[in-house]
Amino acid sequence: MSITLKDFTQYAPRSSRKLLDDIALTVEDRSFVALVGPSGAGKTTLLRAIAGLSSHSEGTLLIDGIPIHDRPVQDRGIGFVFQNYALFRHMTVARNIAFGLDVLPRSRRPDPASIQHRVTELLDLIQLPHLAKAYPDQLSGGQRQRVALARALATGPRLLLLDEPFGALDPLVRRDIRRWLRDLHERMNLTTILVTHDHEEAMDVADTLVVMQEGRIVQAADSATLNATPATPFVMEFLGETLKFPGILKAGRFIPDNQDVAPFPFEGIDGRATVLIRPHKVALVALTGNASVERRPDSPNGLFRYRVLTNSGDFEVTSPTQLSSEELQNVHIQISRGKVFYEP
Amino acid sequence: MKPLTVTVLRPTRRHTLPGFSLSLGLTLLWTGLIVVLPLTALLFRPWHNGAGTMIHALYDARMHAALRVSFTCALLAVLIDLPIGLLLAWTLVRYRPPGHRVVDAMIDLPFAIPTAVTGIALATLYGPNGWIGSISSQWGLKLAFSPAGIVIALTFIGLPFIVRSIEPVLRSFPKDVEEAAFLLGASGWQRFRLILLPTLAPALLSGVGLAFARGVGEYGSVIFIAGNQPFHSEVAPLLIVMRLQEFNYDGATSIALILLVIALLCLVAVSRLRRSVSSGLVREDGA
Amino acid sequence: MNDQPSKTISILLTLLSYGAVVLLIVLPVVLILHEALRQGVHAALETLKDPEARSAIRLTVYVTALVTVINTAGGIAAAWTLTKYDFRGSRFLVSLIELPISVSPVIAGLIWLLLFGRQGWWGTWLAHHGVHIAFAVPGIVLATLFVTFPYVTRTLMPYMEQQGRATEEAAFLLGAGFWRTLIRVTLPDAGWALLSGILLTTARAMGEFGAVAVISGHIPGVTETMPLHIETLYNGYQSVAAFAMAALLVLFAMTTVLIRMFLERSFRKQHL
Repeated sequence: MSITLKDFTQYAPRSSRKLLDDIALTVEDRSFVALVGPSGAGKTTLLRAIAGLSSHSEGTLLIDGIPIHDRPVQDRGIGFVFQNYALFRHMTVARNIAFGLDVLPRSRRPDPASIQHRVTELLDLIQLPHLAKAYPDQLSGGQRQRVALARALATGPRLLLLDEPFGALDPLVRRDIRRWLRDLHERMNLTTILVTHDHEEAMDVADTLVVMQEGRIVQAADSATLNATPATPFVMEFLGETLKFPGILKAGRFIPDNQDVAPFPFEGIDGRATVLIRPHKVALVALTGNASVERRPDSPNGLFRYRVLTNSGDFEVTSPTQLSSEELQNVHIQISRGKVFYEP
Repeated sequence: MKPLTVTVLRPTRRHTLPGFSLSLGLTLLWTGLIVVLPLTALLFRPWHNGAGTMIHALYDARMHAALRVSFTCALLAVLIDLPIGLLLAWTLVRYRPPGHRVVDAMIDLPFAIPTAVTGIALATLYGPNGWIGSISSQWGLKLAFSPAGIVIALTFIGLPFIVRSIEPVLRSFPKDVEEAAFLLGASGWQRFRLILLPTLAPALLSGVGLAFARGVGEYGSVIFIAGNQPFHSEVAPLLIVMRLQEFNYDGATSIALILLVIALLCLVAVSRLRRSVSSGLVREDGA
Repeated sequence: MNDQPSKTISILLTLLSYGAVVLLIVLPVVLILHEALRQGVHAALETLKDPEARSAIRLTVYVTALVTVINTAGGIAAAWTLTKYDFRGSRFLVSLIELPISVSPVIAGLIWLLLFGRQGWWGTWLAHHGVHIAFAVPGIVLATLFVTFPYVTRTLMPYMEQQGRATEEAAFLLGAGFWRTLIRVTLPDAGWALLSGILLTTARAMGEFGAVAVISGHIPGVTETMPLHIETLYNGYQSVAAFAMAALLVLFAMTTVLIRMFLERSFRKQHL
């Protein structure tokens, strides 16, 4: 199922504040897309808009080429999993899952036996066959999550929308459900869109990441592209730890303000600019500069950490290999592997 | 001619859930027929013979007296209810003594018992031959058939409003805030006065407003115990009834309108006060 | 927190507050039962068999049932509208719905007289066509409707507010329309609050005095509800009969209060 948004703007109820600002987005059939960004970026609002839950909006929103509100809800083929699951507390797990089938118009509603069969099937799929008669309040967070998913899948949707599906789960369960979800996506030929604020999770599970900031889409691409060519400093900073070196571009060279950092050749328009670089891409050249380096005691993920002390401030870098004490004296810092962004 | 373009660009003002116009329509119909329509009649009636009736009513000394009795007694009753209600809510929520559930339920009784029943019960209880009245008269204290009786009845009526407004706030008050104050060295009384009371103030005020408005308009529980002497122990609602019995609709309506307007002004004042009190507080829900 | 002197203080404050409850609330209730049974259970029951008493009971049950049904339906619609949608003027609507709480019951009766009484806007015209509202049962129903207007909305709204809208949105996205969402999703979940609001409405409707006194005309056997009949009996020095009927109403009030307590308790257990 494909989704097209064009010039899509949504306002806060009863005010002219824009929650979504001029969104343009295309989601291909059978793709797995993650909406990422800090809280308040408009990810959930966008997801709800795609589900047809938007109010006070303008612009185009097409599902398979047809405006979303032109089709009755039952025919849209959209499954939605809410952040806090929104299970019906007074119904058993089985009735929760069957709800979407129970409320179909009589002419299209399967007979009770088929509904029962479908529920059993879904309970097996979410690996909770023994919990049909339980109530939502008796389930753990991970179980509720899966029941909410089964409920959304019961009517056979082709588009699955998930709002922070892993938010309330502990890390171990998170990883399991993530794999399982990806697997489900492949097996059922779904188009899946999920919202998360965790970029690592998004990169792990999705094909395309849509990075959002203040109601706008900053960049939509796969993780390799995002890493190689981030569109803005925000994207780069959002996707991982980043060091910033402001400086000036002049005559084909970038000259950092920090005098302990080496200038390097860069073709561009003269003016103020900033280099953003991942800590592991910084190179330290010993005995050529004035900065001193201290070794940090811990080494997470097998990387060794070093604190670089310069006259214009301190920062931390990482290195895959351990540097000897000779290599840490009077260092010069090289950042030519960073990304140059012009200052606005 | 310009080429015809089909555009899907249309600003929508749809609600996310269906059924808005249906449910709003039902609500407005219900409210309109039962509340707005009759109250409109009250607004227009006093003027249908010109402003004369209203001016006449405004200078009616008996009405002045009745209003004074109603408002003074309601105020006194609320002032009595305030410490009792605070004390009750505090003990029930904080100490949870044996039987607190039953006592908690009983606080609703003045609200659930019909006012006429309250009236005859209090009149008998505080009357000269009643369990309390006979004792108090030995001390030369006449409770029933005097303004004191009105205050007693209104105290009874108002108590649930005060307790029920404070209780939920007290129950949901974050314990860690108080614990923080305790660790900072605040004594029990200081914690109550500096931390709890300011938090309770808005809820307390709205409870006071409701109890007061209720007291001003109270009829059933008051008339049996008040004695109902004009200029002395006659409440404003009773005077309305008197005027109606004289088939003086205009007079009755004028008093009713004045009573209602003053009561509503009091409510507005209370809610203003409430807002200014609560504006200094950061609310938990961030609203 | 474990400051030592608080133990004594807590006992003292508890005794004080329980004392206040006994003096203010328990004593009047005990008195009513005592007065009703002054000449024994049999005599009390006998007074309730009087034709006028039975007519009053019948009328009260009829009015209460009708009023409760209407105000429950309206209350549900209002609570749903006010909590599930954002719209301009919702705050004003809330104050309008809560207004009857602060209006004197006497005024609540009077306003209907102004519409339907002999000197009212439409009273004479309607009387010509054989429709009697004031000093008749319809008037009593209208006055009681006004007085018990806000209670269902007031008890439902906080709960529905706290429910949020996600479950309704989930139901909607699964294809349920307005009625189905309301009846199968929202109301079952808010069941205890709804029941509590209905009980409150019932209790207030049964006991309404001032508003009904003004509009009913006080015709024994015809337009006298239980509270009005109590007044007639009490003023006629038929103390046992008056208190017997009062006791009946008090027992009913106590039952509703107890049921509401249990409802709230089971609700809290379910949610905490």
